[in-house]
Amino acid sequence: MNKITRRQALGTTAGALTVLGIAGATAHAAATDSRAATTPAGTVDEVYQGRRIQIAPGTGGGHHGGHHSPGLPTVKIDGRELHVMQNADGTWISVVNHYETFADPTSLARAAVRELQGSQLAPMQMGGMA
Amino acid sequence: MTVRKNQAALTPEEKRAFTNALLELKRTGRYDRFVTTHNGFIMSDTDSGDRVGHRSPSFLPWHRRFLLEFEAALQAVDASVSIPYWDWTADRTTRSSLWAADFLGGTGRARDGQVMDGPFAYATGKWEVAVRVDGRNYLRRALGEGVAQLPTKAEVDAVLAMPVYDMAPWNSSSNGFRNNLEGWRGANLHNRVHVWVGGQMATGVSPNDPVFWMHHAFIDKLWADWQAKHPTSTYLPAAGTANVVDLRDTMRPWNDVTPADMLDHRKFYTFDTEPAAAASQR
Ligand SMILES: [Cu+2]
Ligand SMILES: [Cu+2]
Repeated sequence: MNKITRRQALGTTAGALTVLGIAGATAHAAATDSRAATTPAGTVDEVYQGRRIQIAPGTGGGHHGGHHSPGLPTVKIDGRELHVMQNADGTWISVVNHYETFADPTSLARAAVRELQGSQLAPMQMGGMA
Repeated sequence: MTVRKNQAALTPEEKRAFTNALLELKRTGRYDRFVTTHNGFIMSDTDSGDRVGHRSPSFLPWHRRFLLEFEAALQAVDASVSIPYWDWTADRTTRSSLWAADFLGGTGRARDGQVMDGPFAYATGKWEVAVRVDGRNYLRRALGEGVAQLPTKAEVDAVLAMPVYDMAPWNSSSNGFRNNLEGWRGANLHNRVHVWVGGQMATGVSPNDPVFWMHHAFIDKLWADWQAKHPTSTYLPAAGTANVVDLRDTMRPWNDVTPADMLDHRKFYTFDTEPAAAASQR
């Protein structure tokens, strides 16, 4: 599961992936340190297993739940939005890992990358009420 | 009257009738509409907003109604079919006959998680995953990889012993029977089974894997078992609760059915473990 897929490996050399990974992780640590008090889900822009993870903190008031609601961060993997949700106890789930909780949006996004095995997220949509 | 049977007790003919009915619903597009409906609720049910299908008291009656509609669709194809239940406290390994090629097929291959045997393998051309969260259009599983162990009988019994159906704040942080069964609290029963199967079962489009129905038929049976153990316990909340479905509120997407309508499964089917008073009319 944690292996870089052949497709990803073809696009980027292993060396570049390592460098980007370390830089991303450092930037993330700095961001969370300085923002922890007000925005637990800080801004993240990192490369993890060859995939770009971008997290923008939610804007506006507290968490209200629901789709695209204020307060929820926007999480993207290679530019495609990952549907995420925060549980009442502060943990996180996504549409990719829906029945398992994660401590923060970054570990949630990384779990989605591992699960995707190189696949792109489908465009986000609300299901029909058939 | 429909009798829901333990999947381990099905004859080869019964297994074939069930999988053939699934393939027929898939062929006509009916199957995928159930997947779409489920994912819509998965994404819109939130702990602090309206919630119907999950993380709320109506988790059990909502899925009972959802399975009834699905079972009716199966029976329109083949009247002899019912949804078997998978007792994962008993059939708890990847070597179970459930995962054999003559039933659901087994775990996915290492490279991409693709299920390679059985009636739902991609190469059969009969089971393309159309409603999906990513680009992969084949059925995937990773049995026992996301979590090593399925819930045990002892863990189930401890949850069945809980006398109160559900409690405020009526979401994923509640104590009580419903949330311990759903799995956001305690030993983690229902949610853990989704993760144990892996692949699409771990995602919002979990009904893409036919084992979804057999897992939920067992969750449904555990609700009935709990009712039998606690005859004076009732569905909660009773009335006037924000964002959740009270006993006599209607449930989306049907809008004509309430939890109260769903409390007695024997109006619709019995389990093979029960004295089948109603089933004797067969
Ligand atoms: Cu569900
Ligand atoms: Cu489920």
